[in-house]
Amino acid sequence: MNINATLILQSIAMMIFVWFCMKFIWPPLLKAMDERRERVAEGLAASDLAEKELEAAKATAGEQISEARDKAGEILDQASQRHSQILEQAKEDATGERQRQVAAAEAEIALSANQAREELRASVASLAVIGASKILEKEVDEEAHRELLDKLIAEI
Amino acid sequence: MASGTENVTPSEYIGHHLQNLTFGQHADGSWGIAHSAADAQAMGFWSFNVDTIFWAVVLGIGFYVMFRSVAKKANSGVPTRFQALVEIIVEFVDTSVRESFHGTSKFIAPLALTLFVWIFFMNLMDLIPVDWLPWVATQVGVPYQKVVPTTDVNATMSMAITVFIMIIFFSIKIKGVSGFISELTGQPFAAKGTLGKAVFFLPNLLLETVALLAKPISLGLRLFGNLYAGELIFILIAVVFTAGSGVFAAGLSSVFGEHVPAWFWILATASVFATLWLSMKGALSNKRTVLLLAIEMLLVGGLAFLGGQLMHFGWAVFHLLVVTLQAFIFMMLTIVYLSMAHEHH
Repeated sequence: MNINATLILQSIAMMIFVWFCMKFIWPPLLKAMDERRERVAEGLAASDLAEKELEAAKATAGEQISEARDKAGEILDQASQRHSQILEQAKEDATGERQRQVAAAEAEIALSANQAREELRASVASLAVIGASKILEKEVDEEAHRELLDKLIAEI
Repeated sequence: MASGTENVTPSEYIGHHLQNLTFGQHADGSWGIAHSAADAQAMGFWSFNVDTIFWAVVLGIGFYVMFRSVAKKANSGVPTRFQALVEIIVEFVDTSVRESFHGTSKFIAPLALTLFVWIFFMNLMDLIPVDWLPWVATQVGVPYQKVVPTTDVNATMSMAITVFIMIIFFSIKIKGVSGFISELTGQPFAAKGTLGKAVFFLPNLLLETVALLAKPISLGLRLFGNLYAGELIFILIAVVFTAGSGVFAAGLSSVFGEHVPAWFWILATASVFATLWLSMKGALSNKRTVLLLAIEMLLVGGLAFLGGQLMHFGWAVFHLLVVTLQAFIFMMLTIVYLSMAHEHH
C-alpha cells in the first residue's frame, strides 16, 4: 500500500495503451461502423423504394388486367355481332337462292306450258282444218283461209 | 491458509494477500524483491510493484489484441459475433462521449474506451478465486502476488493523476494560461472592481485549487476503495469458510492431516464452477446439476465449503456489478472532467 514508482510506470503504460487505441483501434472500428450504418440506411431506403415500386407495379398490372378484360369483352361482343351478321347474311342468301330457283322453275313450267299450248294450238288448228274440211268435204285452201284460221287459233 | 503448508494465522493470510510483489533497493543497497511488508515499506518511493505492472500490462495487451483483431478486419459487411460484441462496447463508449463531451476531439473517445475496457479487465481479475494465482506464484517461487491491479492504490492513482495532467493540459491549451488562472481565481466569488478581485484572489484560489485537486484524488481513490473492499471481502470469505476452521473441515483433515493442500481447493473449486458453468450453458439439467453439486460438496467434506462457495458465488455476482460500474464511473468522470476543461466558464 505504499505509494511508489509504480505510479510512473502505470502512467506510461496507460499513455501507451491510449495512444495505441487512438491510432490503431478507434479509427478503423468507427469507420467500419459508420459505413455499415450508412449501408443499412441505404438498404432500408432501397427496400422502401422497392415497396413503393411494387405497389405501383401492382396498380399498373391491375389496370392492364381490367383493360384487357374490357377489350376481351369488346372482342366477344364483336364476334357475336359478326356471328349474327353472318347468320343473317346466310339466311338472306338462302332466301334469295330459293326465290331464284323457284322463279326459274316457274319460268320453266310456264315455258313448257306455253310450248304445250302452242303445240296444242297448232294441233287444234290442223285438227280444225281437218275437221272443217271433213265437214265441208272440200279441201279448204289453207292459203286462202289463213286469216280466218289465225283468228280461230287466237281465239282458242 | 490454503496457500501454504506452514501454519498461518488468518491475519497473516490476509496480510499475505494484500502485499504487493515489490521490487526495489534493500536497506543494504542491493536491488531485489521485498520479502515482507516492512521490507517493502523501507524501500521508499523508488520501488516498483511488479505484480501490478505485470497484470496491468498483460490486461492492457489483452484489450489491445482483442480490439485490434476486430479493428483490422473491420468492414461494413455482416459482423461476426465477436465483432458485434466489440462494436457494442465501442458504440456504448462513443455514445457516452457524445452525450457528455460537447467539443470535437479525436482523443477523448479512444481515451474513454481504453480506460473503460482496461479498468474493466483489471477489475475482473477480482473474480478469479483469491488463492489460485497467488498459489501458482508461490509454487514457482514468487512470494507475493496481488493479481488485481486496481486494488493497488498506485495503479488507480497513477491513472487518476494522468487524467489530472490531461485536465490541466487541455485547460491551458483551450483557455490559455491566463484563462486558466482567471478560472482558478475568478470564482466562486466574483467581483467587478480591481479591489474586489484582489480581495477575492486568495480565497478563490484556495477553493478552486481544492476543487481541482479533489478531482484526481476522488477519481483514483473511488476505484481503489471499491475494488480493495471487494477483494478484502473475497479474502475474508476464503478465511472464514475454507480450510482449517475447526469442525467443518474435520472430514478432510482426517484424509489430508491438519492442512488441506491448496491444489485440492483449486480442484474442488474448479469442479464446482465447471458444474455451474455447464448448467448455465444448458448442458446439464437442473436435477443433475444439484446432484453433481451435492456430490462435490460431500467429497470436499462439508458445509463449510458449501457455505464458502455460495458466499463466494453470491459476492462474485454482486461484485460483477461493482466491477462494471466502477469502470464506467471512471470513464464517465474522465469524460466529464475533460469536457469541463474544454469549456469556458
